[in-house]
Amino acid sequence: MSLQQLAGRIQENFAVGFINAVEWRGDLAVTVVRDRLHDVAQFLRDDPAMDFDYIVHVSSVDWPDDEERFEIVYEFYSIKKHHRIRLKTRAPESDCIVDSLTDLWKGADFMEREVYDMMGIRFRHHPDLRRILLPDDFTEGYPLRKDFPLRGKGWRDTFEFLDETAR
Amino acid sequence: MAIEDQRTTIYKIDPAHPESETLPTLRTEELLLNMGPQHPATHGVLKVILELEGERLVKSTPVLGYLHRGVEKLAEDGTYHQFIPHTDRLDYVCAMYNNFAYCRAVEKLMNITVPDRAEYLRTIVAEVQRIAGHQFWLGTQALDIGAMGVFFYCFRDREILMDWFDELCGARLTTSWYRIGGVERDFTPSLFEKLKQFLDYFPPKIDEYVVFLEKNRIWLGRTKGVAIISAEDAVSFGLSGPTLRGSGVDYDLRKAEPYSAYSKCEFSVPLGKNGDTYDRYWIRVQELYESVKIIRQCLEQMQDGPIMADVPSVTLPPKQRVFTNLESMIQQFKLFSQGFDAPPGEIYCGTEAHKGELGFYIVSTGGGKPYRLKIRAPSFIHMGAFDHMSRGYMISDAVTIFGTYDIVMGECDR
Repeated sequence: MSLQQLAGRIQENFAVGFINAVEWRGDLAVTVVRDRLHDVAQFLRDDPAMDFDYIVHVSSVDWPDDEERFEIVYEFYSIKKHHRIRLKTRAPESDCIVDSLTDLWKGADFMEREVYDMMGIRFRHHPDLRRILLPDDFTEGYPLRKDFPLRGKGWRDTFEFLDETAR
Repeated sequence: MAIEDQRTTIYKIDPAHPESETLPTLRTEELLLNMGPQHPATHGVLKVILELEGERLVKSTPVLGYLHRGVEKLAEDGTYHQFIPHTDRLDYVCAMYNNFAYCRAVEKLMNITVPDRAEYLRTIVAEVQRIAGHQFWLGTQALDIGAMGVFFYCFRDREILMDWFDELCGARLTTSWYRIGGVERDFTPSLFEKLKQFLDYFPPKIDEYVVFLEKNRIWLGRTKGVAIISAEDAVSFGLSGPTLRGSGVDYDLRKAEPYSAYSKCEFSVPLGKNGDTYDRYWIRVQELYESVKIIRQCLEQMQDGPIMADVPSVTLPPKQRVFTNLESMIQQFKLFSQGFDAPPGEIYCGTEAHKGELGFYIVSTGGGKPYRLKIRAPSFIHMGAFDHMSRGYMISDAVTIFGTYDIVMGECDR
């Protein structure tokens, strides 16, 4: 099935909720509305023509100037049919929560936790939504947001160091 | 006081018959054990909180991030060329393959075709790196399990490859030899000679490693039937590389989406049956033979030609010209300080590194720096399956299960 056919089939089944499909450099990216993300993902996994059984990665992009600031990106692959798709959705800053896909792909657990840790997007029904790479007491916010300075906000300067010369 | 109380609960003597000689009832409870972050078998700084019932693992919670350096944030601050050395520090055991994966992603973004000779050189070095990576894995895994000899044999041969890398690019581990659009320099005749010698020398040595292990009762007892994962679960968890193929799933990007010179080489992808640690070990050993085959074919097929794509707005000029020619020097300076103008768009490009699918997702809004760069690190995703794969095994198997992923924390924590 070609990428256009894939996109067409999603559009057919989700006339409400389908925003657009972009094909660039051989990658297909489909954007859907947030409320339909879980349904579309389930369709991608269960529909025999789609058969996306493999989750590749979960990512997020921050667009501070847009009304719906955060973009959540899922990438799937079909091991049997050898095709890829990127599923995207948008969430505003005031309500940045999307449905978790952990019930569909077990691997989404850690990947979504990383997105939460780095970008502060919450996932509804996620079994264990905690920080994963940063420490639990990290209070500076979410480092991959564009308003987070590269050098951090000064938390690490508050660490106490042992004075080696004092001994 | 509290200690006294605990003692009375542990040895509970029936008060109705204090004189009876019944065995004391033991208090049972789950034990929490912190493994790591400074444990020699955790391959870096990994902490796992193990919940134990006796010696059985009931639940294990990986605590990641001890080596988190914010590589993805750093990527947004530098140009595309400047990020290449950062990728070495992801999986520092196999830096070449990280460079390769990243360069391929940027080439896809820029729509650059790499010349044939460069593709062959890249494939050769990538496969040499795969051999070095699997040797490292085999040595350390055997060491963790309790077979020390294999470690010395593997590292004896790995040292030859490290010296070969040193001669190729001047570094043993943090290599940075790949460039966007090609490679930094061609092989010298001495490198060709040494590689050919190694190819003749190496296959008998693989048999030597196998002799150590194939009839070793400790090795078989500690790998067969340990960390079993079904094909369905392995796919659902997003495992990749030998960890996935051990469960019999035929997914190798070198075959599924052939890149570089892999489409021109004949090789097979070994598959496991049981999905246990032993099958993954067997696959990695078979891949050593396959890598040797691929390198031989590349050496035979390779023709003379350019080693860098001719796209001056993106690719770097040859180093010799930079030192002698003013325009080349300016070009190099501009490419490193300002970068090239990438078109707006987004791509994902996955590469079959020896640990699994190493992918880069790049979002560009134009300009010389990536707007967002996400690394799909196989070690991180494999750790997501750790709890699932370790349940019900003995505490001593925890070490085997870390090892079975071929985990490197630099890549896991990024």
